[in-house]
Amino acid sequence: MTRPKAVVAMSGGVDSSVAAALLVEQGYDVTGVMLKLWRGEEINHASGCCSLDAASDARRVADALGIDFYVLNFAERFERSVVADFNSQYRRGRTPNPCVRCNHWIKFGALLERAEALGARYLATGHYARVAEGPGGFRLLRGVDRAKDQSYVLWMLTQKQLGRVLFPVGAMDKARTRALAAELGLRTARKPDSQEICFVRNGDFGAYAERHLGVRPGPVIDRSGRVLGEHAGVARYTVGQRRGLGIALGEPLYVTALDPVANAVVVGRREELAVAALETDETSFTAAALEPGDEVLVQHRAHGEALPARVVAVCGARLRLVLDAPAEAVAPGQSAAFYSPADPDELLGGGVIAATTPA
Amino acid sequence: MHYLDHAATTPLLPEAAEVLTRLSAEVFGNPSSVHAYGRAARAEVEDARDKVAAAIGASPAEVVFTSGGTEADNLAVKGAAAKRAADGRHLVLSAYEHHAVLHAAEALGQRGFELSIVEVTPGGVVEPDAVAAAVRSDTVLVSVMAVNNELGTVNDVAAISAAVKAANGRALVHTDAVQALGKIEVDVAAWGVDLASFSAHKLGGPKGTGALYVRAHTPLAPLQHGGGQERGLRSGTLNAPGIAAFGVAAELAAKDVAVEGERLRPLKQRLLEGFFAAVPDGRLNGDPERAVAHIVNVSVPGAEGETLLLLLDQAGIACSTGSACQSGALDPSHVLLALGLERALADGALRFSFGRTTSAADIEALLEVLPEVVARARRAA
Repeated sequence: MTRPKAVVAMSGGVDSSVAAALLVEQGYDVTGVMLKLWRGEEINHASGCCSLDAASDARRVADALGIDFYVLNFAERFERSVVADFNSQYRRGRTPNPCVRCNHWIKFGALLERAEALGARYLATGHYARVAEGPGGFRLLRGVDRAKDQSYVLWMLTQKQLGRVLFPVGAMDKARTRALAAELGLRTARKPDSQEICFVRNGDFGAYAERHLGVRPGPVIDRSGRVLGEHAGVARYTVGQRRGLGIALGEPLYVTALDPVANAVVVGRREELAVAALETDETSFTAAALEPGDEVLVQHRAHGEALPARVVAVCGARLRLVLDAPAEAVAPGQSAAFYSPADPDELLGGGVIAATTPA
Repeated sequence: MHYLDHAATTPLLPEAAEVLTRLSAEVFGNPSSVHAYGRAARAEVEDARDKVAAAIGASPAEVVFTSGGTEADNLAVKGAAAKRAADGRHLVLSAYEHHAVLHAAEALGQRGFELSIVEVTPGGVVEPDAVAAAVRSDTVLVSVMAVNNELGTVNDVAAISAAVKAANGRALVHTDAVQALGKIEVDVAAWGVDLASFSAHKLGGPKGTGALYVRAHTPLAPLQHGGGQERGLRSGTLNAPGIAAFGVAAELAAKDVAVEGERLRPLKQRLLEGFFAAVPDGRLNGDPERAVAHIVNVSVPGAEGETLLLLLDQAGIACSTGSACQSGALDPSHVLLALGLERALADGALRFSFGRTTSAADIEALLEVLPEVVARARRAA
């Protein structure tokens, strides 16, 4: 019997290294790939998930595992899609999540197609999530390690993709992953987790915003339009943010909205952050589409809590949810991932938050 | 496994391997030392210098050993510019030079030198008139490669050199001849160039060894200072085993150039026939009338070179697309873009290159898997 072929997306980090090692151990015919997402000079020299150093780490791990390894050039595609979207979302006063976009368009889009062309049955990554096969098809579940769970950034996966992806570390906790990496003698065993956005140099978003987002100072206003101070550029703020406003007004102030047209940051009291309902765009479902009346648990930011809500309208890729209790700091541009109340580990789908309704 | 990437590097010739291993084990002396050990090593280096000089049509004193083609290119471009900066700060080079020349010149561009880039014809050659037209009174160096490494197209270096000298008798002419030795007749004196770069590993010699031909009395500043080896132009203890193996390889390359060319030409013909049978809308890059027998560059419309390359690798065929960058990822070839190829065709390009170990069986193996590989790559695009 020929062994099933799997392409593993290796980032040079410990998770994807172990993912590759596990697949080799499980008897897959494994090919490692690294995505070159930067163009010209490298971006984050040592720490980014797409740096030259990372490529060399991934290559050395592949060598140690005895698997083929290729660097695939997705730089242009990445810039045209993920980076362009990131910039344009910020200019529209939103707070984008580029990892979601990269998963959607690059990893489980272009790369999955490429893996198929290479004759691979599966594409594996080091994400902390699980795929389970049941009578109703494939289910996407949160990773066993809840602190590391990454199902939130995988809401766009559909049945077709779920049947072709493998998340070998999703059933382990991070400590076990590291221990396994050390046991196997993988050089990435003790590498710190990467957190930053890979194309923002040195994690300096301020410098990035100045260079690519055309930020300029403008007024900080309250809901009634009263000018309270000056901000350093709309793109530097996120709804729900409290610190860094530089305004003392007796009570704590929060960013409640961003108005890119007026180049204004709107602030208010904590109560003004409360959101009663939200709408998602680009909505997608792992299996059957949600319908009005369906109960869900909605998670509106990475590592946030999943809050009970009810679907009230679905129109094409647009979905409206009413929250059982008001939520705070729901930032348009971030993702909303829907989980099942019957099994809070099961992801049902998600979308990009397009609008919110104040409570 | 079928190796069709000899323009990237070649397997070591058995004759060169023998010299390399024997000298590495036995002749360890520093060629600059006065004692018997040193003299023995020096004799090997000087023998090799004679052989390389004979192979390229130079006199031995005009051969400076380097760590390879890249260092030779850098020494030529930066060394000439540094020495001649007082006479002018203008350089002329072709658009499809190897990055060792291009990037060295660009580095000078950041230090006050002005660059003129000469366009390449759609057939992949550089016209002598076009080069001469770019030459000015303050031009200090012109660099045009002899054989392009991606296309295999051959430039008329003698005509280019003559045209440059007619336009400005003081301008130095350099040619990157890394892909020329062993593939075409090389005669630096007849070419009339002042500087020419060579690399050992492209012709069956070891990696880490190369040479720069420096015509007698050519003004050149060293890049590397130290013990003053190689007439002060390239300090550093000489790599006697590598240089000796280079000498053997260069001698054989020059001796067999005609025979090898005749042997490889039918293989190239067969590859092209099979390629166009499998890919009727394919494209041959570079004018075949002006190309060497050992390089074939073709585009597969509707497919990405990267995917083709990976699929061929998985099928046991080693070839290349453009030049590989440091990460191993592939960027669109500046050479193909210089020909005026549209981006899609440049992205779908493959280079097959032959050498001494290439046989008809290698070509047949490639042609057998090619239709399936092309079909799959097109589905992925």
